[in-house]
Amino acid sequence: MYRNRPEFNEKMKELNFKPKSRLREFFGEMFIAVNAFVALIAIILIFVFIFKEAIPIFTDSEIREEVTLEKMTFKQEFYEGRDAKWSWQPNSEVPKYSLLPLFIGTLKAALIAMLFAAPLGIGAAIYSSEFANKRMREIIKPTIELLAGIPSVVLGFFALIILATFLQNTLGLTFRLNALNAGLALGLAVIPIVFTVAEDAMTSVPHSLREAATALGANQWQISFTVVLPAALSGISAGIILGFGRAIGETMIVLMASGNAAIVSTSLTDSVRTFSATIASELGEVVFGGGHYTVLFFIGSLLFVFTFIINLSGDMILTRIKSRFQGKIN
Amino acid sequence: MKKLTWIIMAGLLISTVIFARSSITIKGSDTLVRLGQRWAEEYMKKNTGIVIQVSGGGSGTGIAALLNNATDICEASRDMKEKEYKLAEKNGMKPYRVSVALDGIAVFLNKKNKVHNLNFAQLKGIYTGAITNWKEVGGNDARIIIYGRENNSGTYSFFKKKVLNKEDYSDYTQTLPGTAAVVHAVANDKNGIGYGGIAWAKGVKFAAVAKDKDDKYVEPSINSVSDGSYPISRDLYWFFDGKPTGEIRKLVNWALSEEGQKIAEEIDYVPLSKKRALSSLVE
Repeated sequence: MYRNRPEFNEKMKELNFKPKSRLREFFGEMFIAVNAFVALIAIILIFVFIFKEAIPIFTDSEIREEVTLEKMTFKQEFYEGRDAKWSWQPNSEVPKYSLLPLFIGTLKAALIAMLFAAPLGIGAAIYSSEFANKRMREIIKPTIELLAGIPSVVLGFFALIILATFLQNTLGLTFRLNALNAGLALGLAVIPIVFTVAEDAMTSVPHSLREAATALGANQWQISFTVVLPAALSGISAGIILGFGRAIGETMIVLMASGNAAIVSTSLTDSVRTFSATIASELGEVVFGGGHYTVLFFIGSLLFVFTFIINLSGDMILTRIKSRFQGKIN
Repeated sequence: MKKLTWIIMAGLLISTVIFARSSITIKGSDTLVRLGQRWAEEYMKKNTGIVIQVSGGGSGTGIAALLNNATDICEASRDMKEKEYKLAEKNGMKPYRVSVALDGIAVFLNKKNKVHNLNFAQLKGIYTGAITNWKEVGGNDARIIIYGRENNSGTYSFFKKKVLNKEDYSDYTQTLPGTAAVVHAVANDKNGIGYGGIAWAKGVKFAAVAKDKDDKYVEPSINSVSDGSYPISRDLYWFFDGKPTGEIRKLVNWALSEEGQKIAEEIDYVPLSKKRALSSLVE
């Protein structure tokens, strides 16, 4: 279509697209390809390294005396005559490596973060994409996205100093640093992810849908909630999933705000210790290649697999929507 | 012209050799890093030919660096572990240890707390989770909230060994990154208890501690740690590969001198008693 226009031909002449040197193009292409593969190889190498360090749990007999998959999963009777329990005490005379307290802690903090961040992020996205006028939108969007740029150590410090005191005073909590405190701070880091993805999903709903609804006599509210929102639903869920991935992997905020006590309980106002915070605080001073070291890498592998699956499924949903709106599927 | 350039270049080369500064690296304990830096600063002022680089990272990190020949002096708030001594032997090293200062581990309480005296048995009960209410040690009827350090900290290990007889900390111990965070938490938590170096206390009160319940309860202070009457104290060390000689030996002996120890006291470390400092000197 464009090719028939005279402007196009002129432009092409101006640009003078004649291959100057095959060799130069070849090396140029090689250079760019190498750049792309460096990132890919780096990820694969990290993947291999983490798994390699975790494998002795299954193979090394010396380490298996100290820790096995079974010891990490089930209740253990650590001292004769005392009740069996789950306990994370790696520096003890009798090292205890139950992962359950850490798993519960990670889940508690991430779930609270999502309960806080998902409604806020989605609400903001609906307002910004559907109801806000252009000027308002230009204020809201960058401001929320700015939240993503705050270093997590700053959010953690805020939760440690200010949020914790506020929560304890208003709710009368026993523990100053707890899952609720960490979850809310985590939520602040998750909101921009949910918002950005959900907002993109809603603005990319094709105009034809809105136009059709308008033609049928729908008002703005009806268009937003009965047409756009359902159409963008999978995009919104992708935002939630990606946000959840961040909440599980985030380290600094939970390290500072959660209290880091490895407790098995259902209360959301008890202190929690998460996987990521455990690695961050303990890996610095473990005996290289020892049982504790191997367990930390095992936790690292678990986190890697969790976040990988979560992010992959989020991305897959996003790709599917894109192709659906472009009419490639269905 | 060319000749002149050569002469200048040769001159530069020779001058760098002649005025070469000998450099000493110090690495290790975060507890000691402030003292190491102060000593280095003062020492460099007096001896212009020497460059001293000081960095922290933790006792374990420092010891690892010493064993890998990555530092001349290792600062540590604990002795080397058996495993580390073995590793040193394997690397053909003879670690040499010098106590350079003392450190008292204070027990912090909230200022509103009625409790003032605690003995080792009570501290052990609180930190292992056997005692959970303040009324059991003479305070209000309220749950005890325990704060501690992360398990990679030298202070964590020391407190565990000295007060807990190596038993495990209670699962409910909230571990925080750094003594400053512990102090802040206790200052804001009226039922909180924490431990850490004396110099860090701000907005909290010290518990007076006794080893046995009939002993005299002593508050931590520079004097009570220095004369040994405060029961939770430890030595802070410098480790070397073999007995130090030359510039390093001069630096150590200066740090142990009256002048060096006075600097330690100025920035809230506990100096060695005169007798101990004299006996620590490297011949």
